[in-house]
Amino acid sequence: MAKRIDAIDLNVYYGSFLAVEGVNIRIEPRSVTAFIGPSGCGKTTFLRTINRMHEVLPGAYAEGQMLLDGEDIYGSGVDPVNIRSEVGMVFQRPNPFPTMSIRENVLAGYKLNGTRLSKSDADAIVEKSLRGANLWNEVKDRLDKPGSGLSGGQQQRLCIARTVAVEPSVILMDEPCSALDPISTLAVEDLINELKSDYTVVIVTHNMQQAARVADKTAFFNIQGTGKPGKLIEYAETSTIFQNPENEQTLNYVSGRFG
Amino acid sequence: MTTAVKNPDQGGTAPTTAPQKSSGGNSLTAGQKPTWTWLAVAGGALAVGAGLAALMGESFSITGWLIVAAILYVVGMYIATRVIENRRRATDGLWRNLVWAAFIIALIPLISLLWTVFAQGLPTLLANPGLLIYDMSTTNGATDAATQNEGAPLSGGFAHGLIGTLMITVVATVISVPIGLLTSIYLVEYSRGGWFARAITFFVDVMTGIPSIVAGLFAFAAVQLFITTFIGSSPAHLQMVKMGLSAAIALSVLMIPVVVRSTEEMLRVVPNELREASYALGVRKWRTIMKVVLPTSISGIASGVTLAIARVTGETAPILVTAGFLATTTWNPFSGWMTALPVYIYRQLINPTAPADPLPSELRAWAAALVLIIIVMLLNLVARIIAQAFAPKKSGR
Repeated sequence: MAKRIDAIDLNVYYGSFLAVEGVNIRIEPRSVTAFIGPSGCGKTTFLRTINRMHEVLPGAYAEGQMLLDGEDIYGSGVDPVNIRSEVGMVFQRPNPFPTMSIRENVLAGYKLNGTRLSKSDADAIVEKSLRGANLWNEVKDRLDKPGSGLSGGQQQRLCIARTVAVEPSVILMDEPCSALDPISTLAVEDLINELKSDYTVVIVTHNMQQAARVADKTAFFNIQGTGKPGKLIEYAETSTIFQNPENEQTLNYVSGRFG
Repeated sequence: MTTAVKNPDQGGTAPTTAPQKSSGGNSLTAGQKPTWTWLAVAGGALAVGAGLAALMGESFSITGWLIVAAILYVVGMYIATRVIENRRRATDGLWRNLVWAAFIIALIPLISLLWTVFAQGLPTLLANPGLLIYDMSTTNGATDAATQNEGAPLSGGFAHGLIGTLMITVVATVISVPIGLLTSIYLVEYSRGGWFARAITFFVDVMTGIPSIVAGLFAFAAVQLFITTFIGSSPAHLQMVKMGLSAAIALSVLMIPVVVRSTEEMLRVVPNELREASYALGVRKWRTIMKVVLPTSISGIASGVTLAIARVTGETAPILVTAGFLATTTWNPFSGWMTALPVYIYRQLINPTAPADPLPSELRAWAAALVLIIIVMLLNLVARIIAQAFAPKKSGR
């Protein structure tokens, strides 16, 4: 069920401001792809165009093509809501729903959409998703407690479980570990490695070691200066990006000689 | 030249040089005034205040004495702290005392009002609990004259006023809450800050400042226009204008801006992350609002609505012009005049039932005022309980 992503000449705008220009990228299914680059270079902006979350902001839009297994998600008549149930997203800060218990948080994708589930189906989904997020053993005895009572790392894995529960084809992660301690980061990284077997995973990270640890391929984004659009500079196997990049900017960035 | 700058705030009582001064022998507590200083200053201020008040002779009053004593206390504490400790602490204490003084001055009217109403209303209410269940249909000048002159029991009551206030407020709430809630949802979730949203915000602000009597006249005129246009304009039809519904419309003109404003604030504090989390699960916008945004903010919205109800429960003028007043009980807000509790109080005081013997009317008015204040206080309490009960649970770690 994992799907391939192709961006073709994609430009992303905030109002009249061109934030990301001319991205062409092919992301293979069942792989982990990392986006790295300095702050403000448009990695998160580009990531949010993959599930049409970008246009939630006032005045924001994208032009060009974004193909999901060959079908353009920006084609006319495409409902962004359907795209988002196909392409899940995990955010920078853990954001479990504060009014819901752990169990309800995992089932949020169904509950919020009004889908009726039998208790046995719901139980199966909760257990499968929480096991998939490596959280089951920690929370199985307190599924009815509020999700906001968990630690930060547990909350983030709960958010991943919530995303996995609706069985998307692609999972986008926007700096999922930046608010977590090293132990929780390790747990999430292990999880990303496991998710790879079923999903297409795209992760934005500021942590180059993290990209080197988890990603099969890495894309480097850069920006020429304030007010200029961000661009995809280089996209290759992770080992190539970190050890033998073609582009000088990439070499400067990954070796810490940036700027 | 050495740069040994002496800090004026330290006043030469550096802790390391004066450990022997402190009673407990603790260098950290050295140079501080004893804890009983304020009692001593307060006692001195009261004594000197009494002396000054006595010098004034006949015009001695407890109020004057307390005011003089309070001023002396504030000044005395400043001087005492300045002498014993240092200038920084003295200034700190001076401002703290002034803030307390301002707080107490602000509380005086409230305490005084509560005291007056309880003192005047409570004995009547306790002696005549029937006030709560009878209306004025059997009370007239003769019965009140009998009460005042011959010691007959107080007749009548304000059950019709309680019922009128209840019905009018319920109808006003039913009208204003959906309008106010939907307006603020539009403003926060859909408007994206366009000219239309700015216009709504501006007019809601203007509505907040509308005098309540104007709201009453507006409702009267609006209902009259509706009735003459769609039903008829005979004198009998014009009589229909005065009813509980008209009063409820007047009150909702006052309630809607309060509901819009409080709900808007509550919706804005819902983190955007929660909306995005919901969208990212493939949930539609209206479902996100219904199932994520509103449940997260429901405690604040409910308490805001309750406070808006408490705000309009005490309105008199708009109800007087739109619903009139009546001596008998009616539950029907859609036909005929209706009495609300504030209007009842007003009528009893201004037009006593027995003009020659106004005392029974005054007693009833004070008892009704007490009940009205208790209702408003209970509504405020309910608002707090609602806010507690619906707040998202944080425990469970």
